[in-house]
Amino acid sequence: MIASTVAIAFSALLRNKMRTMLTTLGIVIGVAAVVMMQSMGRGASAYVGDAISGLGSNMLIIIPGQVHGLQQNTFNVPLFTASDLDAIRRQAHDVGLVTAAGQRTLRAVVGSNNRSVTAAGVMREYFEIRGWGAAVGRLPSVEEERAGAGVCVIGVTTRDALFETRDPIGQEMRLRDVTCRVIGIMETKGASTFGIDQDDVVLMPYSTFSRRILGNDRIGTLMASAVSADRIDDAKEEISLILRRRRHMLPGDEDNFAVRDPREIQALLESVTGILTTLLAGVAAISLVVGGIGIMNIMLVSVTERTREIGVRLAIGARASDILAQFLVEAATLSAAGGAIGVALGLVCAMGAARAIHVPFVVPGVAMPVAFGVSLLVGVVFGVVPARKASRLNPLAALRFE
Amino acid sequence: MGSRTDDPVLLSLRGVTKTYGSGDATVRALDGIDLDVAAGEFVAITGASGSGKSTTMSIFGCLDVPTEGEFRIEGIPVQDLVPDVLSVLRNSRFGFVFQQFNLLARTTALENVALPLVYAGVGKRERLRRAAEALATVGLGGREAARSNELSGGQQQRVAIARAIVNDPEIILADEPTGNLDSKMGKEILQLLTTLNRERGITVLVVTHDTSCAAYARRQVVFRDGRILSDASQEAS
Repeated sequence: MIASTVAIAFSALLRNKMRTMLTTLGIVIGVAAVVMMQSMGRGASAYVGDAISGLGSNMLIIIPGQVHGLQQNTFNVPLFTASDLDAIRRQAHDVGLVTAAGQRTLRAVVGSNNRSVTAAGVMREYFEIRGWGAAVGRLPSVEEERAGAGVCVIGVTTRDALFETRDPIGQEMRLRDVTCRVIGIMETKGASTFGIDQDDVVLMPYSTFSRRILGNDRIGTLMASAVSADRIDDAKEEISLILRRRRHMLPGDEDNFAVRDPREIQALLESVTGILTTLLAGVAAISLVVGGIGIMNIMLVSVTERTREIGVRLAIGARASDILAQFLVEAATLSAAGGAIGVALGLVCAMGAARAIHVPFVVPGVAMPVAFGVSLLVGVVFGVVPARKASRLNPLAALRFE
Repeated sequence: MGSRTDDPVLLSLRGVTKTYGSGDATVRALDGIDLDVAAGEFVAITGASGSGKSTTMSIFGCLDVPTEGEFRIEGIPVQDLVPDVLSVLRNSRFGFVFQQFNLLARTTALENVALPLVYAGVGKRERLRRAAEALATVGLGGREAARSNELSGGQQQRVAIARAIVNDPEIILADEPTGNLDSKMGKEILQLLTTLNRERGITVLVVTHDTSCAAYARRQVVFRDGRILSDASQEAS
């Protein structure tokens, strides 16, 4: 009986293919939106997690200026000095390694090739904190660092752009008016959390960078690592205390620097994704309700159109409950088909979008059956009114309906 | 009036009145009808439009109930029955044939014929077997897969008759079965109903305003203004 009711419902829906398709569109879009947003949200989280663990373990970034959320006030704030670095290195017991880091975007020239690259000055500790080494050649030595030697290591993107197929080791490149010799090529790192290519980089000793590119001994950014993962918060506090003391700040003064923990960035990004997910879920819910109303509307039209058919069915022995079931199943079939198409469409769109913005594609396991189930439910709920109308028709009046 | 006491009474109307509307707009469609139909009869109900013949047919078919008076099937008063029981009655004991054929559009002949069996709860294989058999009975063997819109009017009405007999009913109620057909096809349909009446003993009631159609029946009941004008039996032509 149920199988034949479903069969009757399907044949009724297939009689009006265009209308059936348009009716389910609301449900299709709603479900596709849910599935896509779930997939993208999870993909983005996985991606951010990967990117942050790629930064290096237990890493802290100390930047000048007050930070409120994602906003940073860098106007008229003191930068760090080499003695700040020394103080942290000597006094903070929960801090393992500290390095200065600064960067400029400069034009690099090799022969007739030139390219705008990120030129960064770092110390040897930087490579350890980030767990990043040279794939070919070597990193700057202690002597080179002390002397401010004109040496650099480059990322693979920079190498490909400037040296093409030639071996860059031992070759010279020019950064503005500074000449440096390539001594190594870094391991491939990929894109960062914010989509920046980390392999398009020229790294040189901080001493070289500050003397020959910055022209002063100020430090823009400090990077540090905690001795272990469970001491990250202690390390942050220590660094904060040391810097406040060195800057003679009074209790109650707001920090004019910020110690950032990439986990905070992750948490922040996740809260942003969470808000977006909630908003989109709301939009999807509205779309499902609108889709449901569309189904109710078309089912009411269908009941009117098929009044005679209902009359015939009643005359040849259908009970009111049979008619009720028929139209409910029809509404549910309509919305379930919409749900199934929506799930498929959502996956395809998510796959395309994931590819376009370079985040991993994740199949949202729970979201798919839930979205499908909700769409089925929408059909049943919005199908009740038309189905009751059909089942309450008087057989004689229905037969005579013109 | 025209009861045939030598046969068991199958359908019985006693003092049946049917009114539509209320107040000044009240229309009295039936005005105190007494009518008995015995099992195995072939009855033609004739009369001008508005004479009450269709209303009588609707009451016989359990599609409508009398305002006053009583309708009994084999002595059981129908007005006491709940709608679901009426559905079962219509499904198991009656077969309906309409002027407009009333087949489901874009549905095959076989599926149309099998429809009453769906509501009788018959399994699919058995449904299709019996539907094919009924189609063969009405001379449409081989047209099982034809859709309603691919059939001529006469063929559609044959499909409708097959649908009416697929449940082995005791009574066929035909409301102007030849009204939408030319005289040749109409004749074939009436001959088919006559055969079903004679060979299977199915009681046939035909409502018609066509006297040549009425001539096939052994008994003719003529209605006028909601009353029975005449009720006469004759030898079949």
